[in-house]
Amino acid sequence: MPQMTDERVRARLTREEDLSLLHEVSMKTAGVSHLEMCIQCGTCGGSCPSAMDMEHTPRMLFAMLRAGMRDEVLRSNTPWLCVSCYHCVVRCPQEVHIADVMYTLKSMAIHAKLYSDSTAPHFSQTFVDMIETFGRSFEFGLASRHYLRHFPLRLPGMLPMGFGMITKGRMAIIPKKIKHMDQLTAILERANQLELTS
Amino acid sequence: MSDTRSNPVDKRSSSVEKKNERVGVYVCHCGSNIAGVVDVVDVAKWAQEKLGHLGVVITREYKFMCSSLGQELIEKDIKELGLTRVVVAACSPHLHEKTFRTAAKNAGLNPYLVELASIREQVSWVHTDKAVATAKAKAVVAGAVSRVIENVALEEIKVPINPNTLVVGGGIAGIQSALEIANAGFHVYLVEREPSIGGHMAQFDKTFPTLDCSACILTPRMVEAGTHPNITLLTWSEVEKVTGYVGNFNVTIKKKARFINEELCTGCGICQEKCPKKVIDEVYEAGLGYRKAVYTPFAQAVPNFPVMDKENCTYFIKGTCKACEKFCPTGAIDFKQEDEFINVDVGNIILATGYDLFDARRVSNYGYGRLPNVFTSLEFERLSNAAGPTTGNIVLRDGKTTPKSVGIIHCVGSRDKNFNNYCSVICCMQGLKFAHLVHERTGATVYNFYIDMRTAYKAYDEFYQRVLEEGTLFVRGKVAEVTNAARYDREKGKLIIQVEDTLAGKQRRIPVDMVILSSGLQPRHDAKAVGKLFGISCSMDGWFTEKHPKLDPMATMTEGIFIAGCAQGPKDIPSSVAQGAAASARVLAKILQKEVALEPVRATVNQEMCSGCRICNGLCPFNAITFYEDRMVTEVNPALCQGCGTCVAACPAGAISGTGFSNEQIMAQIDGLLLRTLEPV
Amino acid sequence: MNKYILYPGCSMESSGKAYGESINMILEPLDIQFDEIDDWNCCGATEYLGINLIPAYSLIARNLALASKQMNPDDGTGGTRTVVAPCSACYLNLAKADYYMQERPSLGVKVNEALEAGGLSYIPGTLDVRHLIDVLVHDVGVDAIRNAVVRPLTGLRVAPYMGCMLPRPDYQHRWTDHEHPTELDDLLRALGADVIDYPLTTECCGGHMTQIGPETAFELIMRLVEDADERGAHLMATVCPMCQMNIDAYQNEMNHFFGTHYHMPILFFTQLMGLAFGKKPGEVGIGTELVSARNALAHIGVEVPVTQEPAAPKKKNEGLPMPRRWTKQEGKEAVK
Repeated sequence: MPQMTDERVRARLTREEDLSLLHEVSMKTAGVSHLEMCIQCGTCGGSCPSAMDMEHTPRMLFAMLRAGMRDEVLRSNTPWLCVSCYHCVVRCPQEVHIADVMYTLKSMAIHAKLYSDSTAPHFSQTFVDMIETFGRSFEFGLASRHYLRHFPLRLPGMLPMGFGMITKGRMAIIPKKIKHMDQLTAILERANQLELTS
Repeated sequence: MSDTRSNPVDKRSSSVEKKNERVGVYVCHCGSNIAGVVDVVDVAKWAQEKLGHLGVVITREYKFMCSSLGQELIEKDIKELGLTRVVVAACSPHLHEKTFRTAAKNAGLNPYLVELASIREQVSWVHTDKAVATAKAKAVVAGAVSRVIENVALEEIKVPINPNTLVVGGGIAGIQSALEIANAGFHVYLVEREPSIGGHMAQFDKTFPTLDCSACILTPRMVEAGTHPNITLLTWSEVEKVTGYVGNFNVTIKKKARFINEELCTGCGICQEKCPKKVIDEVYEAGLGYRKAVYTPFAQAVPNFPVMDKENCTYFIKGTCKACEKFCPTGAIDFKQEDEFINVDVGNIILATGYDLFDARRVSNYGYGRLPNVFTSLEFERLSNAAGPTTGNIVLRDGKTTPKSVGIIHCVGSRDKNFNNYCSVICCMQGLKFAHLVHERTGATVYNFYIDMRTAYKAYDEFYQRVLEEGTLFVRGKVAEVTNAARYDREKGKLIIQVEDTLAGKQRRIPVDMVILSSGLQPRHDAKAVGKLFGISCSMDGWFTEKHPKLDPMATMTEGIFIAGCAQGPKDIPSSVAQGAAASARVLAKILQKEVALEPVRATVNQEMCSGCRICNGLCPFNAITFYEDRMVTEVNPALCQGCGTCVAACPAGAISGTGFSNEQIMAQIDGLLLRTLEPV
Repeated sequence: MNKYILYPGCSMESSGKAYGESINMILEPLDIQFDEIDDWNCCGATEYLGINLIPAYSLIARNLALASKQMNPDDGTGGTRTVVAPCSACYLNLAKADYYMQERPSLGVKVNEALEAGGLSYIPGTLDVRHLIDVLVHDVGVDAIRNAVVRPLTGLRVAPYMGCMLPRPDYQHRWTDHEHPTELDDLLRALGADVIDYPLTTECCGGHMTQIGPETAFELIMRLVEDADERGAHLMATVCPMCQMNIDAYQNEMNHFFGTHYHMPILFFTQLMGLAFGKKPGEVGIGTELVSARNALAHIGVEVPVTQEPAAPKKKNEGLPMPRRWTKQEGKEAVK
């Protein structure tokens, strides 16, 4: 057998499943996720209001997760379409913290840079940038940066709304800032350090 | 009342006198279960050397003490060496205490002079360090030897068995139990809370998998029970109080007032006809039909005497009407009738109290109670039953429209941590049965929504195949919600079932006319209270606790009380019947023995030391303690006492001691464990 | 006097300005006092949670730590152990942080380490986190609200829209039901309004999908608006600024996308409370909504001739009886 140096060919020969994925996701999720208790009943997929737009239903995603399909799971658009309505969480017969697992998958996808559509991660990052600068959300800054980057064609159609919001005093053009920004920065820095080491 | 019959012979001499006992110690290898961790040879040798002064004359170690060869070793030594005490260091007493006691008995030694030292469950199975385990095993053996020389010979207590039996619950399990015993020639009191026997099975239309008409197979049994010379049927009755112990229970039964004189009533039914007050029948018709204020629940009721519903009867509310009395041809109506209390003596009791249906209103996303055309399983049974409120027509809640599409949802309230964690066993088969009936009667399109298809027993999976052949559409997915909020035109006016079809991998919205919920089974709402009445316990879920889940599902921890049917856990009809008959077999075995031997490990109260403080009275979990006001002393009923030791520990005067676990025995065992009884070097 | 610690949330001063204004208007008639958390920061909405776990919860916990400093348990009213958040997302974030820090102690330890860097700390379980409507319905009580009404909203058909994050996941079991809770219905009825049966009351409005995946969001908004319209609602009443913004500000774009012409105003329930308590529309922020509520509000006090079928002769109901309605008490007993 000639020596196989190509990574992908070698991967094809071994066809490894990454079975550590389940445990990793479980540990990174807030609270106790109970992910290993999933019986694949489909209540989550049945309840999800955005299921029709997802590549994989939440249940399917968990099946893939348990099968160690790391790449496909982190590339899936499913977590990005989760609206956090918690229907799945309250109906799940095995008490799996589904919505929180979705947050974990979002975060893992961002870190591994494996999302297929960058709209959502960029939005989250922009939002977080605002908070890390001002301590409060700044919709005008967020909206302008985000729409220019991702939905420039929507902007003309949205002008009436934007105009309406500003004139009715519902959107400030100047950001608000908290008093003790340094305190918040210190907290977040330390938190980020802890996140890396956990 | 003196306890002479029941007091075990207490031949204990003063513990100051050192007895010269001859003790044999047998250490078991248990294959490698014990020997793999504990050095059994060393333990045996050690016992010989260090415990000789306590009376150890022989120690042996053997691969499997419980084998017949192992037992023979003991028997031989008792006969040849004149052993007076035996210690077997092996597995937990739960398993083989009886074995070794019997061996001793066969060799002529009182069985209560044998002690077991558990060096498996308590040593080799819980330790990995061999040195530590061996040392601990030695201490355990020393403890057992020190204790056994304080043991006294005890005799089993023999109690006569009253040949009568009480069966509580007149469903199929209870009826089966009662018939088995009655047919064997012994008397049975069959107590049933509802006006008629029959239970839930009387409500069903057809039974799976044979599609027998439920009433057709049940009613012959009901009639047999109702007319059997050996069965006293007490319907519309409940058990109020139970005292006594196995073989000698005294039960007080409240026979609720029917307001009908049973001697005069012919069961003609005119009172029902003439009664002007119509009420929703929550019990038999599952809330779907009506009955009158004076009623028999169904036409084939046994006994056929009606009852009067005091809370809804116009006479009891306002003092008027009395139409039934006017029209009764035999003058059987008796408004003045009172509840009657009956006292019976029985030897054994079988509880077959059945189940309650899971309340599907709790699952708000399925809309039961809010959306009219969502039905529960029992409601559907009544719809489908020819004697039901719609004379067997499967129609929507408006009472007229035949559905063109029906969705049947499995696992409602079962296998769900939000409601009941367990599987209710019969709902899958029930769901398939409904599918078949809907096909047969209406020709509607039928969908079954399931997580797993649980069709385990004889002819069950074949039934699934049949329902598949009939063209039922199966969707594997637990239904997320049933709603009437239509999104598209095709959904308008229908109930929409939203579910993920997990096999196809997408969410589906399926519009149907009618939804049937295959609801789960639950313990009776008052199961805990009933259990307490009889002195048995319930599991976490509320089902009665059996003695052993695998090998003894009919008996309970309380001698003389047995359980059968769904009261012990959800099951189908054949299993209920089998369990009912099995419980009866046990009871018959007891009756035929005429007396039962009880373990003499009991608590006894030293009357002279008892100050009447009554602290022990409330502690007994088996209701075995009685206080005598006149003499201001407490007594323990040895037949009920299970030897748990709670009262012994609680008595501040130390007036209670346990035969088989006396203070001397326990203190000696502790000293032995702490290696304080070793021969000084 | 019911006193509470208030966590306003970023929307209160911007997109949900009308909410903030109307809340201020109802405090006095109901004898409530709010003590705003000093220097509170944004709760992170659903954004930070999708990036990092510990920073997200530390961000939230800073508010809890600051609030616990303002706590005064010896006050006697008990209320100042309670943090009230009027926005559903803020409420859920604060409540989740508190709950998860208890459920997974290791998270609590790490979050406190981070807080320490800012000189703060928070022991999970110290505070009671509640939503505004929870406090109004359960503490103040529907009866007290009814008594404060001077101008009943008769004739106004309202679709009560609870939103998703309030009744779920509801770790503290405060609501009658996860799917069809009746609290908002009861409150609106106490104001005299005609509350319609609205089965989609807890369906999601799309949340931040309006910025990220607009097609999905528009679909969700459409479902809500269409059903309310179908059932003859004049307007929707909501408890969350995000829901209000999505259904209000994006309704126009949604209509363009589907080619529909819905005009379904959506107001905050506190605005309706303010109106019922006799305040002027301008005082409670009416007019700041993009889908104007003017026509809808014109229905108040107008006796609408209800077209109903001529009263049929009292015939016995031919259909089969319905099961009894599930009561809150039965629900509580079943959970035990």
